Amino acid sequence: MSKNYSTVKSSADEVFRIENLTMAYDDYVVMQDLNFSVKQGEIFFIMGGSGCGKSTLLRHMIGLLQPAKGSIFYKGKDFTNATIEQREKMLREFGVLYQGGALWSSMTLAENIMLPLKEFSKVSNAEAEDIVDLKLSLVGLRGFGGFYPSEISGGMAKRAGLARAIALDPLVLFFDEPSAGLDPISSHRLDELIMQMRDCLGATIIVVSHELASIFDIADRAIFLDAKTKRQLAIGNPHELLKNGPEDVKYFLNRGVV
Amino acid sequence: MFLKNSEQSNNKATAELKIDGSRVELVVSGDWSINKAHTLASEIIEQLPKDITFLGFDASALGSYDSSLISLILRVSTILQHKNVSIDFKTLPEGIDSMLFLATAVPSTKTKKNISHINFVNLVGNRTINFISNLKEYVSFFGDITIAFVKMLFGKARFRRVDLLSVVQKTGPEALPIVALISFLVGLILAFVGSIQLAKYGSEIFVADLVGIAMVREMGAMMVGIVMSGRTGASFAAELGAMKVNEEISAFKTFGISPIEFLVMPRIIALVCMFPLLTIFADVIGMLGGLVIGVGMFDLSYEQYSNRTFLALNLVHMATGVGKSIVYGIIVACVGCRMGLSCENSSSGVGKATTSSVVQSITWIIVADAVFAVIFTIFDI
Repeated sequence: MSKNYSTVKSSADEVFRIENLTMAYDDYVVMQDLNFSVKQGEIFFIMGGSGCGKSTLLRHMIGLLQPAKGSIFYKGKDFTNATIEQREKMLREFGVLYQGGALWSSMTLAENIMLPLKEFSKVSNAEAEDIVDLKLSLVGLRGFGGFYPSEISGGMAKRAGLARAIALDPLVLFFDEPSAGLDPISSHRLDELIMQMRDCLGATIIVVSHELASIFDIADRAIFLDAKTKRQLAIGNPHELLKNGPEDVKYFLNRGVV
Repeated sequence: MFLKNSEQSNNKATAELKIDGSRVELVVSGDWSINKAHTLASEIIEQLPKDITFLGFDASALGSYDSSLISLILRVSTILQHKNVSIDFKTLPEGIDSMLFLATAVPSTKTKKNISHINFVNLVGNRTINFISNLKEYVSFFGDITIAFVKMLFGKARFRRVDLLSVVQKTGPEALPIVALISFLVGLILAFVGSIQLAKYGSEIFVADLVGIAMVREMGAMMVGIVMSGRTGASFAAELGAMKVNEEISAFKTFGISPIEFLVMPRIIALVCMFPLLTIFADVIGMLGGLVIGVGMFDLSYEQYSNRTFLALNLVHMATGVGKSIVYGIIVACVGCRMGLSCENSSSGVGKATTSSVVQSITWIIVADAVFAVIFTIFDI
């Protein structure tokens, strides 16, 4: 079992609670017996080597995949066994930034952000445009609303994806490998943006990443998944894990340098 | 709603201007949500005095808020900043202040996209330019194919035999069921419509001539062309288009492997080989369709019908149909591959490429057929 290395222990402000989660594709078990919780307003990293099931865990948390065993609770309510209506209501409080941005390519950036606004809120056209302008400004893309996703760079697509993810002022923001394919400066800016999103929106942020710079810069806590044992290895603040964590985690956080 | 002030109230969300000469204060109060009615930015902007020099905020009665309030403040302050009005954000709650700071950190980019004037003349001009550049691309595409073909004749073209065989498998044997169904029905329809007319003169037996000649000279090749442009041409366009979006085509180019040789040549060769075979198959099945009508509806015997068919047909008829089918095969393969390779880098681009591949190959098949009809008439074939 993993040891809890974080200093704070509480359950009242939990946003997510994962209990005995086992993830599997048919017979192939990806990870088993995951137990952890994510607290309100924290930046929580899911880390581990390539192919260990980080993105799979994220997909379970946003309901794209169903657990083989165990449950996921969102704000104390059962997310795994929720009815379709209940789950849609919960999902509306989530914002997800996919790896490549996953912008809808047949729509301009503005239309990408406009769509959830028009579908799930009661704002007028003029106001929706103002909100789109605000979201694009927040990610530094003011004036790019008329562009199609195929006309902008990968880094811009990622930021536009973030603008779409925060379109409905989510309470929880998920990031799947936010710095993959970005240069160090862009990746650092994105990290700052993630911090600001937390500070400005007050959102809880869950990040899948193996980018060490980001982990040490912005993570409040992190869970480390181990591909060998198919279990969680440790959970806690990355700086503390580096000092007192299990050897495998230290090895990972030291980039394999002992 | 994300950020909340200490006390929660359930007041109506309002924003009002308190005007004191040129100094203006925006008083915001209540609970703001994108899902509830609230004051709109346009209402505030209308009320702004023209001689405004200073804007302050009063958020003492503000409850909870979300993007609806922040976007309003951003909109109003952007307009005022253009007029050099000084704005004091300090009295706003920290959450709004830091959001506005973040939103204004990067200045707006004036891009060409913001201004778009489309009038008729522009449209015609753009279309013409596009048409000419398209034409150029077609010509260079055929040039590339010719070069690749010559290279292949000398055994220097690079492609894998496995790929060729798998395309042959997909475009030949796997297309048999749909080609059989379509050509059987076409033969049936030809025989049915023709025989009713012929029966008026008591010459039902000539339905065998009619179906035989029509299938072998025209309909066999034509139906194979149309079925294959929907089935195979579209799949070529979608496959190569998706490969282009994934940068697989660029990967070929960087290795010095010509995508024309590696991807297009096997497809053209496969279709050129398969089209004549499919056409002969379609001819036979079509005539069987005619036979069903002839024997089933008009008391002709099996021997009578088949004898009449063999009398009506000769090798020239066969050759014209098969010859046309080779051209149709080249059209379907070339159009499908070209559309795929010139696909836009997006998923909607793949859709467009597929659509125009089917439309263009059917159009070119019909055009080619018309040209053949003229040529055959002139040379009396």
